[in-house]
Amino acid sequence: MLAPGRPKPKPTPETQHFWDGCKQGKLLLQRCGDTGKAYFPPRPFSPYTGTRNVEVFEASGRAKLHSYVIHHRPVPGFTPPYAIAVVELEEGPRLMTNVVDCEQTPEALQLDMPMEVAFTPLDEEVTLPLFRPAKESK
Amino acid sequence: MIRPGEIAVVGAAESTKIGAVPGMSQIMLHADAALNAMAETGLKPGDIDGVACVGPMMPQQIAHYLGITPKWVDGTGVGGCSFMLHVRHAAAAIHAGYAKTILITHGESGKSRINATPRPPEPESLNGQFEVPYGPFGPPTLFPIPVLRYMKERGVSHEDLAMVAVVQREWAGKNPRAMFRDPITVDDVLNSRMIAYPFRILQCCLVTDGGGALILTSADRAKDFPTKPVYILGTGESVETNMVSQMKDFTSSSAFRVAGPTAIEAAGIDRSAVDHMMIYDAFAHLPLYGLEDLGFCKPGEAAGFIREGNTRPGGKLPLNTNGGGLSYTHTGMYGMFALQESIRQMRGTAPAQVEGAKISVCHGVGGMFSASGTVVFSNEKP
Repeated sequence: MLAPGRPKPKPTPETQHFWDGCKQGKLLLQRCGDTGKAYFPPRPFSPYTGTRNVEVFEASGRAKLHSYVIHHRPVPGFTPPYAIAVVELEEGPRLMTNVVDCEQTPEALQLDMPMEVAFTPLDEEVTLPLFRPAKESK
Repeated sequence: MIRPGEIAVVGAAESTKIGAVPGMSQIMLHADAALNAMAETGLKPGDIDGVACVGPMMPQQIAHYLGITPKWVDGTGVGGCSFMLHVRHAAAAIHAGYAKTILITHGESGKSRINATPRPPEPESLNGQFEVPYGPFGPPTLFPIPVLRYMKERGVSHEDLAMVAVVQREWAGKNPRAMFRDPITVDDVLNSRMIAYPFRILQCCLVTDGGGALILTSADRAKDFPTKPVYILGTGESVETNMVSQMKDFTSSSAFRVAGPTAIEAAGIDRSAVDHMMIYDAFAHLPLYGLEDLGFCKPGEAAGFIREGNTRPGGKLPLNTNGGGLSYTHTGMYGMFALQESIRQMRGTAPAQVEGAKISVCHGVGGMFSASGTVVFSNEKP
């Protein structure tokens, strides 16, 4: 369980499946029915063509570290210094996250290093898709 | 189609004081700047028939407070570059005949927080669901998210990003109204307090109080005003996303690449004709993105362009000559102050005046690369 005080996301009808998936240990993305391309954040239509013909699918959870900052100032629910990261999923989309099981330093956090999803409960209702360095890279 | 030079800025003023202004509420900072701009033009509130400002201040609040009955309003709010978009929309409105004399105002009690509106993140918004839970805390943690990717792809060093702040401080040293004026070195920047790696405090904008106002009218009417008209040659605008994590390319802003070239093309000018430039610098990386995305440098060359002194006093492209958001002032929505400096340079009244400058490009960014607006000014009517 994460430290208390962290802001809690509130799902909407369009994003509920994503958060339900996280709780079940599944990273659910959506795919455009016209182009086959994955997208994020969730919405019931394709940002590529506007089609409502989209499907939800389970992503691999594999990603690469795309960019980050390491915040050095206090924020409720966080212990500085902590990285606010963006990972690029194997399927293409990027998402903001935190990096766990890793020193929060520029030396430890190398761009493009392989990452894997680490589902972490925020509380009894919400689980966040955090990421850790992929096992083979350790 | 609106022609280059058809619309002019006849009034331009900042609030009487900027920096720490604990004696004024946010709405009065708007009004103080508006009254200063009206005073130099000889206009009264009853002469203004159009009003634009950006939320949280709505046009109806400003119109009522100042005693204006507008026929045209614009409350476009896309962050700190909203004023560039207001200029663009106002020029179109004057061209269309919707209004004749338009007032654009800004006021923000960013430091003293007198009557400032808090903006709590909404947990149901896309930002609230997909960014806020990971601990960003305001622009210093979000705007620099793409920087490490930019540095890796473009071969840019920490020293390069420190140099942006050093050069702008050199400009600020010439400006009595700048908040920070003492010279700094690359070492000073790299030894200053870490805020959000890779950025230290000297690479982050100030947080100040202040206001600014512009008055626009047709170039034909501009001749009747006591002020030197500054003509609008071209404008551009665009938005990308308000989630920095979803920005398509972390090394280049889509909004910049649309707004900047649209304005330059509309102006019908060659980039080599530009004498002066403002690029909204909320953080040290923005001038690099701006120089590259607007086509003044090739991708990867902006850092060297600044390092070699091209944007310094005496350089071939003087940039952010008021000291910028890093050293002059930054209320939260700095775009108005970038516009004010472009107009001072075109009027020939800037504290660090670029001698003989005839064309100024003023480029704004909205928070976290979400939006962009660009205005090309000249003191000569084409």
